[in-house]
Amino acid sequence: MSWWRPSDVGFAVRCKLADIGMGARLFVRLLRLLPAAFQRPGLVRDQVHFLGNYSLAIITVSGLFVGFVMALQGYYTLQDFGSTEALGQLVALSLLRELGPVVAALLFAGRAGTSLTAEIGLMRAGEQLSAMEMMAVDPVRRILVPRFWGGVIAMPVLAAVFSAVGVIGGWIVAVGMIGLDNGAFWSQMQGGVKVFGDVGNSVLKSLVFGFTVTFVALLQGYTAKPTPEGVSRATTRTVVMASLAVLGLDFVLTALMFGL
Amino acid sequence: MQQSKNDVWVGLFVLLGAAALLFLSLQAANLLGLNFEAGYRVTAKFDNIGGLKPQAAVRSAGVVVGRVESITFDDKTYQARVTLLLQARYAFPKDSSLKILTSGLLGEQYIGIEAGADEKNLAAGDTVAATQSALVLENLISQFLFSKAAEGADSKK
Repeated sequence: MSWWRPSDVGFAVRCKLADIGMGARLFVRLLRLLPAAFQRPGLVRDQVHFLGNYSLAIITVSGLFVGFVMALQGYYTLQDFGSTEALGQLVALSLLRELGPVVAALLFAGRAGTSLTAEIGLMRAGEQLSAMEMMAVDPVRRILVPRFWGGVIAMPVLAAVFSAVGVIGGWIVAVGMIGLDNGAFWSQMQGGVKVFGDVGNSVLKSLVFGFTVTFVALLQGYTAKPTPEGVSRATTRTVVMASLAVLGLDFVLTALMFGL
Repeated sequence: MQQSKNDVWVGLFVLLGAAALLFLSLQAANLLGLNFEAGYRVTAKFDNIGGLKPQAAVRSAGVVVGRVESITFDDKTYQARVTLLLQARYAFPKDSSLKILTSGLLGEQYIGIEAGADEKNLAAGDTVAATQSALVLENLISQFLFSKAAEGADSKK
């Protein structure tokens, strides 16, 4: 492949376009096969259990420590302005608007997305997907759809748990360690946080990230080269691409929700 | 459909998420205190509201007794018309006065309501006449400078 031969450039563009088209079609199929997920809810349940329940530990611990650190750092800065009472508002707003959905999505990509990619990539490498097709079982319907909707369900729950635990972590440091007034901490938070504007948008963001991360993981696994190296590359790409997609989308969503 | 052991755990997982959301809406965003309180509306006109915003607290003796519902500009009197939603369980005399105050040096602005001595209480739709504008730092500084300049002119004579 060389960059100056028009035929090579054209070929590369055509390949990329085919990849994008394949991804878009898979995404639309996953969305339209939602009824199939309802037909066999047991499969989705098992995936929520695998993707969600097993991610709870890392989400809870990270949320707690992010809350701790937010409170400490916020306190040092707010101290200069003599408005340490606003710490509760600072912690809650940063967690709900940004850190909760984004960090939970990044952790979810690392913890659950990689295992999805590796699982499906190995199924492809072991020709299990082809075997299903031979038996007239649609692998998208039987394997991908439950995982997709399981991930979409698990992500907002994890993000909400992350934010809630983070707020509690901030409270532990602010009230327990630093010694801020308990009432001021909560009342400033309640004065600054809006139910629909902040909590609602937080859920919306995490839902979008759930779609993104799960879809990227499934696509990478589904299109992985059926070799050990191909599966390992696909797993790496899942983390990189899902993280970049989450951060990029987060900017767009923030601009739409809070910017204008 | 057969039950499985995962049902319990997935159910607990989803319930945990619901509990987290409930905690965030109730404790962090104060869902109950925001919209569902019964109250009565009172309007007041201020010469200058400073940085007052809708949803700011109305406090009496430091206790939140209501919220600022809306702020509009009256182009007849060139004043700000502030609508307050006071909680129904608190009654204030008709000649109570309103003041725009600041919590802390750089904190948020809120409306302080000081009870008067009238026998009748404020009712829905009433207008509070006695208001005191927000302290605007620039005005304060310019007043201070003017008085200093005036002193200087006096001492030269």
